[in-house]
Formats: sequence, structure tokens, C-alpha cells
Amino acid sequence: MSEKPSLEARLRGPFEGPNTIGNSRRFWLSFVLGTALLAVYPVLFGAYAAESTSVYLVYGLLGVSLAFIWGFCGILSFGQVAFFGVAGYAFGIVSINLASYTGATLGVLTGVAVATLLAALLGYFMFYGGVRDVYVTIITLVVALVLHTFMGQTAGSQWAIGEAALGGFNGMVGVPDLAIGFGTAGLEFAGAMHYYVTLLVLVATVLGLRALVNSQFGYAMVATREDEARTEMFGYNTTFIKFATFTIGGALAGLSGVLFVTWGNYIDPSEFAITAAAMPVIWASIGGRESFVGTIAAAVVIQRIQIGLTGEWALVVVGSLLVIVILAMPDGIAPRVGDAVDYLRNRGGGEPAEPPTATEEVSD
Amino acid sequence: MAIYELLNLGFQFLDSFAFIVLATAGLAIIFGMMGIINLAHGEFILVGAYATTLSFHAGLPLPLAMVAGVVATTIFGIVLERTIIHRLYGRLLDSMVVTFGISLVVIQLTRIVFGNSLEQIGTPFGGISYGPYSYSTYRSVVLATCAIATLVGLYVLFTRTDFGVRARATIQDEETARSMGVDTDRMYLSTFAIGSALAGLTGALYAPTITMSPELGTGFLVEAFVAVVVGGPSVILGTPLAGGLLGLVDAVFTNLGGQFIGTVFLLLTAIVAIRVLPDGITGLLEDLREKWRRAE
Repeated sequence: MSEKPSLEARLRGPFEGPNTIGNSRRFWLSFVLGTALLAVYPVLFGAYAAESTSVYLVYGLLGVSLAFIWGFCGILSFGQVAFFGVAGYAFGIVSINLASYTGATLGVLTGVAVATLLAALLGYFMFYGGVRDVYVTIITLVVALVLHTFMGQTAGSQWAIGEAALGGFNGMVGVPDLAIGFGTAGLEFAGAMHYYVTLLVLVATVLGLRALVNSQFGYAMVATREDEARTEMFGYNTTFIKFATFTIGGALAGLSGVLFVTWGNYIDPSEFAITAAAMPVIWASIGGRESFVGTIAAAVVIQRIQIGLTGEWALVVVGSLLVIVILAMPDGIAPRVGDAVDYLRNRGGGEPAEPPTATEEVSD
Repeated sequence: MAIYELLNLGFQFLDSFAFIVLATAGLAIIFGMMGIINLAHGEFILVGAYATTLSFHAGLPLPLAMVAGVVATTIFGIVLERTIIHRLYGRLLDSMVVTFGISLVVIQLTRIVFGNSLEQIGTPFGGISYGPYSYSTYRSVVLATCAIATLVGLYVLFTRTDFGVRARATIQDEETARSMGVDTDRMYLSTFAIGSALAGLTGALYAPTITMSPELGTGFLVEAFVAVVVGGPSVILGTPLAGGLLGLVDAVFTNLGGQFIGTVFLLLTAIVAIRVLPDGITGLLEDLREKWRRAE
């Protein structure tokens, strides 16, 4: 009888492959350890700390939505915040009008659905219209900027949908907490619970996307990124691949938008502004757009720096960091971390070399 | 009554046309000629506007202050090109990310140094009155004249001068141009300087009409990027054509439903244009020319 793969190999198998960075046992150990640390964080530091940290994980998810489409399919979108914000507003409108567990549940579904639809619509127009890569970036940026202008002028009372006032630049206030249920029976996720839900969604998304990018579809995505014309020659429908990838990215951004609005119970048009629109791009660039974990880490650290520096110099630091990182490390920090680990291990000698890391294969 | 409405539309059109052309010119030159998407374009305009306003407050007459604005922006552009931008040729997406970083830094530094606003220069020349309406002379007639002069100047520069030929040769085939004795490095620098000067000119010209805040550049971005997309790859021809089309759409719908409706229809036009003409207006013209040539 043939030898059965070990439990570890069977667990790891679906989530790794040549398309992702980090396929070593070391990576998975750190991944599990990191997740475990994040899971005990509220126990160690209390519910308040968890509540205020929750938003960084939400930003991490938004960053992942961009890393997925940019890092693996080569579509640079400045419009992830458009889906993020639209989903946030949609959740607000539904859940304020139907103030019950049903309302919040429907709100989550509506938010994600609206974001997905918007992404699909935009993606259809762009990719089936034959719009080329850099124009995609410009168009997505313009969509976010126009939504900023649009939501900014919704101050009057005529801009209320049922009970929910859009509120112009003052934003939409009094958005209910995240909840799942029907009528009066259900679960509400506030405070530390919001943190756990976000963490769960984030880990599930990262694992799901790792599986996806290492699947048949993922190979086609990466091939499209590397050489679209050649991939098409091989019989792949690259237009559909880009369209589907972009739509999935939009759905994930929408999900993060719902988590964001239920975290602060508030959303305003500044989420669509150019500074906000660029943040996901900054996280993915600095963290490494081909690494979900790197992007999440960059999102958490950069957002934390921005809050920590309180205002004035924060944007100067972030902007300079962006320029320096792109000039020095065009692929971001995460691939370099992998290289550094390999280098240290090889210098230590002794151990036989592990199978080549994904970094080398991808950067080929 | 109808004649006044029509006049109003005419002035509105001049205003929108001038705005779109001037907002786009610098961006289009840098993108079309060099393949750099300058997301800091708005901040080049910001530098021009601030330099103009500050020189004016320092006692320079307005035309000289505007010249100072253009000069300051050109120097700013040259310094950036030499230190950062020249590393990014051929790296389109990276160029967007880096110039965005620059934009963040410039906006924030402006805020730290000059605060959230500057005292604005009054708009010169007053208004033209007709019937129950009046329209700012500066915003319609003067700026439209400047926009057309800029386009003509660019056309002459890039098609009729030795410099223009060398610049276009560099863009088309860098290696061949270099082997023919063109200093391509200097061509890139000069083209970037021209693009910066144009952005500075836009800032200088609009300084008397807009509120001086660190974010003023953002107000030019949507129109500029939409016009670049609609115009297509041939920038010198594409900019005025896109400016004309989008200016008309903007004028008609702003006239009907206000500023915001104008912007919405601007975007709708852009989306339809992209769906129908992925290579923009000049792409369509190129196709037509091909067809005629084959028919002959």
C-alpha cells in the first residue's frame, strides 16, 4: 500500500503552491503562532484594546482584497475604497431602516451584494471594453473620487433613504452593530466579539485566497499577469479571468466595508477621498503585493503609525516610506523577509537545504 | 431670452473647455510622452498656485507673480525628476505609487508650513453682463485664450522644432534615437520640465479663482484623468479634442442641473467613450486614417 501523506501535509496541501510566498513549515508555524497571538490578545489586554484594534484587521482585509487582484492578476485598482464605502453605506441604509437582527443580517448581505455588483459592472465595462492596465487604474481612481464628490453633497433632508440620512460630509451616524439572526433572535457582535469575527473572516479569507491562487484558476490569473497575449493564445479567456478576479476583489472590499461601518457605527465620504483610496495601494506596495500576510502586516503597522504620530507628520512619514520602499524594494518587504530567512539559514549551514521557496519561482 | 441662455451656455463652455485643457496638458505630456502616470499632478498645480499667490502677496504684480509660479513649479519638477522620477521610466504602475507618495508628502508639508489656507488673490477683469446674467471675463475669455495659446504652443513645439523632433524620436524608439546622437536622458528631463511648467501655469492661472488650500490639486484630478483617458494615446491632438467634447458635456449639464450633475455626466461620457473607444478619440482617428489609406 502506498504511503499516506502525513496529517500536516494534508492540512497544508490545499493552501500552498508555487504562486504564494511562504510554503515552508517555518511559515506555517509562524502563521499559526501569529493567529494564536491575535486570538489571545483580547484576553491579555482586555476588551477595549481588542475593540480599538479591530479596525486594523478590517484594513488588513481591505488590503488583502487589493493584494489579490494586483499581486496575482496584475490589476492595480485605486477603487477598492469605492466598494468598501458603498458596502458600508448600504449596510447603514438597510440596518437603520430595519432595526432588528433581520435588518443587520440583510444589511451584511446587501452591503456585500451591492459592492460585488458595482465591481462586476465596472469590471464588465472595463475588461470587456478592452481597457488596458493603466487606464483601469485611472478609471477606478476616478470612480472613487466621483463617489467622494457625490456623497459629499448629500447633506440635505432629501438625501435620506427611509430613516437613514446620508448626511453629506458629516457622514452617516447611528449605524447599528454587526449582528446575525432573525427577528428578535440572534447574535450581536460588538466590542471584543467584533474583533473575533473580523479575525475569523480575515484568516478564512487568507486561507481561501491562498487555495484559490494555487488552483487552476490561480495559475490562469498569474499567467494573465505575466503575459496576457500568450495566455489568451493558449485558449484562456483572460477577459473573463480579469473580470472574475476584479469582482471577487470588490466583494472582499465590500465585506471589509461592512466590518468597518459596524466597528465605528459611522461612515463618511472621506473613505472615498484620494488619501483613503491610496492607502490599500500603499499597504500592498510596502508589505508586498504577492503576500497576503505581508499586506495585512503593513496595513496594521502603517495605520497604527498614522494614529500614533497623531496628525501632522504622519502623512509625510507614510508618503516618504512609500517612495523609499518602491525605489529600494519594488516587490515590497515580504519577499525580502523570505530571502533573509533563507540567507540566515544557509549561513548557519548544517541542515540540508529545504525545497526551493516560492519566492524564487515566482520572481522568475 | 433664448439668446441670453445661449450666451450663458457659450461662456460656460469656454470656462469648462479652458479648465479641462489646462488641467490636462501637463499630465498628458508627461503620460503620453514619457509613460509616467503622475498622481502628484495636482500637487504640481498646487506648487504653481501657491508660488503665484505668495509672490503676489510679496508685492509682485499679478503677471509677474504668475511667471514666478511657473518657474517655481518647473524647478520643482526638475529636482523631482533628477532625484526620483528618472528611476521609474518603464515602470508604469510603480510610477503611480511613487508619485502618489510624493503627493501625500507635498500636501502635508504645505499644510504644516502654510496652514489650511492662504489669502486668495481677487479675480481680475470683473464680469461680462448680458441681460439678467453675468459671467466672469477671466474664467471664460482669458482662460480659454490661454488654453488655446498653450495648445498651439505645444503643437508648434513638438511638431515644428528641432527639439520636438528629438523628443518624439526619443519616445518612439529610445535606442535608435540615442544611436543617432540624441541625448535621450536630457530629452526626458526637458519633457518632464515642460510638463511641470504646464502644471505650474495651470496653478498660476487658476490661483485667482480658487480657494488656496493644500488640497486644491485634487480638484483638478478627475477632469485631468478623464480627459487623458478620452483623448487617447496621441496627447497633443487628444487633449483639445477631449477638452472640446467633455467641455461641451460639462457646460450643457452644468447649465441644466448644476455643478454636480455636470461632473456626473462628464463621468458617464467617459465611461461610454471608454466602452466604445478603448483607445480614445485619437485611437478612432488613427483607425479612420488607416481605413482611408487602404481604400485609396
